[in-house]
Amino acid sequence: MGYVRPDGSVGVRNHVAIIPTVACVNGVARMVEREVGGAVAIIHGHGCGRAVEIGMHQGALAGIGANPNVAGAVVIGLGCETIDADWVASRIAEKGKPVEVYRVQEHGGSLKTARKAADAARAMVGDLSLLERVECGIDSLVLGLECGGSDAFSGVSANPAVGLVVDWVVDAGGSAILTESTEMIGTAHILARRAHDGETARQVEKVVDDAWRRAQDILGPLAPFVVAPGNMDGGISSISEKSLGCICKAGSRSIQGVYGYGTRPERTGLVIMDGPGYDMESMAGLASAGCQVILFTTGRGTPAGFPVVPVVKVASTSRLFAAMEDDMDVNAGTVLDGEPMEVVAGRIAARMLEIAGGQPSKAETNGMGGIVCLYAVTPSF
Amino acid sequence: MGEKDDLNCIVIHARDNVAVARVDIEAGGAVRPRPGESFPALERIPCGHKVALVGIGMGEPVCKYGEIIGYATVDIAPGALVHTHNLKGDEP
Repeated sequence: MGYVRPDGSVGVRNHVAIIPTVACVNGVARMVEREVGGAVAIIHGHGCGRAVEIGMHQGALAGIGANPNVAGAVVIGLGCETIDADWVASRIAEKGKPVEVYRVQEHGGSLKTARKAADAARAMVGDLSLLERVECGIDSLVLGLECGGSDAFSGVSANPAVGLVVDWVVDAGGSAILTESTEMIGTAHILARRAHDGETARQVEKVVDDAWRRAQDILGPLAPFVVAPGNMDGGISSISEKSLGCICKAGSRSIQGVYGYGTRPERTGLVIMDGPGYDMESMAGLASAGCQVILFTTGRGTPAGFPVVPVVKVASTSRLFAAMEDDMDVNAGTVLDGEPMEVVAGRIAARMLEIAGGQPSKAETNGMGGIVCLYAVTPSF
Repeated sequence: MGEKDDLNCIVIHARDNVAVARVDIEAGGAVRPRPGESFPALERIPCGHKVALVGIGMGEPVCKYGEIIGYATVDIAPGALVHTHNLKGDEP
């Protein structure tokens, strides 16, 4: 189903990533993307003016370059930014991938740099296009899990069905990453019980407790309400109930580890990545952690995709699937119409494997890659 | 169409004592959570809301997803709507 990389990981896409290390040179990355078919720009808003997040952002950009779906990368720096372009490039090169670095201040400005970077990207696309897809097992799959624009049915149809797919992937030796710590609030004890050892259980509880504390710091007395927007009207009665509806998309297997935002898990199986509830930042973290495919459940509907990772949309109701068919890949709303959960899960798995095998997801067809949003917790300066 | 099509609510986990209505169920209408099981709704159960499958005594846990989502604040009869008026969740 994919392209085997020098480090043994398997990509389901074969992109050349153009990675600006700071937002100041996004335009240069865009120029290269426009000029070179097969090149994808990782447009983002960071790279400088921060203290706390610099390490995390540097790691996330390197992680996206190291994602198995990326065959090679051209890193474009400005020259005076905080993020170190050579460090980002070295982390990608460690995976055995071709990488080039160009700094705008060293190469005579934006146009000349774009020209040189485009020549390098073009050569890379040429070389990498010779790679062929080969049959690979489910054990090479790292699945990202995301829910956004949820409704009262997300936790009844789409999420439990995706949970069955995750159990199946994990049982076959593959991995899945559950994130969005905010959406685990109220279920720390339940997730901790599923941890494979005591240390993991402690880490699970800390991640969820921290998310609750952050929600209270930011939202004050509104915290219990804002973590469940519109859900009470839809029939959700408590935060635990709402969060159980979110975490059930991670299935029922034991939790093997807890990792920081954008960190590639060392262990296989089901793991948790600490991260925000905001879909766009969450997906960037999952891509950086090495997910080749993101299963994204939605109730109200969202078109969002990611530049180098196919995002597979699973609709929670037949009404949404019909209303936004151009954006939805699979309808799980049929659970509500009486279709057995296992049958719906089978359809999701089948569509996911077709997309992993090269068919574009709706978000890819529609060009919904957009801007890469990186998680930040403090103001810039 | 099979009997499955007649079921108008979903029991997510075998341990659950509530089911989720997949359509609006009117007061007095039949609640059909599982094949061969039918009892009257004591009040209107809107689509997406929970209905009690069994009697749940005051202070007893309400289970969905096989986990406790809160505790009954009053005695809840089978067929009653279960929501914030008779269920209280724990503070996170």
